Amino acid sequence: MIRLQDVTRVYSTGETAVHALAGVNLEIGGGEFVAIMGQSGSGKSTLMNIIGLLDRPSSGSYAFGGRDVSQLSEDARARLRGSAFGFVFQFYNLLPRMTALEQVELPLIYQGAADRKRRAAEALVRVGLQDRITHLPTELSGGEQQRVAIARSLVVNPLVLLADEPTGALDTATEHELMTLLSELVDQQGLTVVLVTHEPEVAAYARRTVRMRDGRIVEDSSAPLVAAAPDGPAQ
Amino acid sequence: MSPLDAFRIALRAIFANRLRSALTSLGLIIGVSSVIVLIAVGQGTQRGVTDQIRGLGTDLIFIESSAEATTSQTGALAGLEQSTLVQGDAAAIAADGIPGVVAVAARVAVDAQAVAGANNVGAQIVSTSSGYAEVRDLAIRSGSFITPLHDEDGALVAVLGARVADTLYEGLDPIGQEVRLSFVGGRITLGFVVIGVLEEQGGASEANDQVFVPLSGTAGRLRFLYTPAGDLRVTQIDVQTASGADEQRVKEDVTELLLFLHETPEPDFVIQSQDDLISAATEVSNTLSILLGSIAGISLLVGGIGVMNIMLVSVTERTREIGIRRAVGATAGDIVKQFVTEALTLSLFGGIVGIAIGVGASFALDGRELGGQEMTTLIQPWSIAMAFLVAAGVGFASGSYPAYRATTVDPIAALRNE
Repeated sequence: MIRLQDVTRVYSTGETAVHALAGVNLEIGGGEFVAIMGQSGSGKSTLMNIIGLLDRPSSGSYAFGGRDVSQLSEDARARLRGSAFGFVFQFYNLLPRMTALEQVELPLIYQGAADRKRRAAEALVRVGLQDRITHLPTELSGGEQQRVAIARSLVVNPLVLLADEPTGALDTATEHELMTLLSELVDQQGLTVVLVTHEPEVAAYARRTVRMRDGRIVEDSSAPLVAAAPDGPAQ
Repeated sequence: MSPLDAFRIALRAIFANRLRSALTSLGLIIGVSSVIVLIAVGQGTQRGVTDQIRGLGTDLIFIESSAEATTSQTGALAGLEQSTLVQGDAAAIAADGIPGVVAVAARVAVDAQAVAGANNVGAQIVSTSSGYAEVRDLAIRSGSFITPLHDEDGALVAVLGARVADTLYEGLDPIGQEVRLSFVGGRITLGFVVIGVLEEQGGASEANDQVFVPLSGTAGRLRFLYTPAGDLRVTQIDVQTASGADEQRVKEDVTELLLFLHETPEPDFVIQSQDDLISAATEVSNTLSILLGSIAGISLLVGGIGVMNIMLVSVTERTREIGIRRAVGATAGDIVKQFVTEALTLSLFGGIVGIAIGVGASFALDGRELGGQEMTTLIQPWSIAMAFLVAAGVGFASGSYPAYRATTVDPIAALRNE
């Protein structure tokens, strides 16, 4: 589904060029649960932004669903981004003064979709927030806010969910709940999840781990089978 | 994104910052309402002046002495003493057979004190003839105007303007009563019998404060009205033309006749038709309207700058919101639509409230006394349409640039920072 070939991303800051990605080859199939690991500055977030069409490669090719998307126009990328990808960030990035239902409706507004309220409510049910539909972000716990963000990314029925340190701001118990939710989405609904993290405990929930260093993939292996156990990893 | 969704998002943003939105709109509200009010005042003034000139009568040509025309008070004795117009001129115009001339009425206007019993009032005494009421379209409330019989026998009778009658007789019937007119600071006083009272004249008509007496009656008794050569001086000659007559032609003929009678190559009098007066007044009030409109236009411009300023601040403040919207699928076009809609909504709200206030204030001002002058306002539909279009234009223009700035927001940077 996702195929990156020799992808580089160079930022020029003044006189020096920073190679955030220095030739990445990566293939991710439908229904995979992949964790991308690495230290800060290893290029993992840049990789995620390119996969999610938030950023463009400086060179190399990116095919999504068999189609080269590296040369798409800005508007076409925005449309594809809105329909095929869901994003979850460390900071929940909810809009203030909007209820959970309205947050989740937002992507549907930009798609011009019909039946928005029902679909948004369904997405909230999928993340177990059926009792928080009319709550404002300030009335929700951190874990609940992150679930709203996940519901918002799921409401468009994306093919891929991209999560950038989704548990970075959560306590361990909530982290476990959230990672279990993601695992279920992969197992039961066939969603593809790409998770960026620097925490091995979080990465352990994934089936496959990709390690990065200095803009390159240095390791790509399947995670131990225990990670797939319903209880998650030993803690 | 549908326009309705864009409008909902705009309303939400506007209500999220109620005070700021209200203050931003206030700039436009003031601009739009002042455009409407000031144009209404300008046009109302024009209408008032035009009506006043029309109220003098119909198809009239006025002849005044040059000296008379330069003194503002038509009844001032100083003006009268310098007047080169004499009763003989009026008689000559009537007798000359100039085509288009229907009636000629000379008048001598002097200021005097009118006294009845214990009451007295300053009034302008207009010595004229029976034809004057018709020439000047004066309606009678009670009694009669000067009749041709009075013209002949030189009777000492008087017709009172409405305000003079009300002041002197305080609601009692003045017909048959005596009114004493005191000229030249009380040195000459004559008694007159009241034979009629005029209807209250509309607008700022001077007839309300005048007293009309037969010229044949006063002429023989007031020595100061005569030139050293013994001609009776008049302050004004009114020439009524047949309706549809060529007024310009009549003016030329009368001018030629008077130049001959006065034995002078250059006119020592001013001759003006009602149309001349109206077009002069229109010119003045158009200038006034443009001036008032420009001042109001500047405040509208300032209001527009206020909207743009707030929209720019709003874009900067809402970087994160823009990033989130981009991340969930908003195109650059959607973001532009959102901010332009927000600016348009603010501006149109300001525009509509401004129109309501402007129209309301124009109605409220209509007929009010302001600085001793009665205000007339005339709301111009085109000024409402213009103010509305300008408000919409301001909204569009002041939303566009901030909206463009919003599309340059980097969604990644916006989302990764808390």
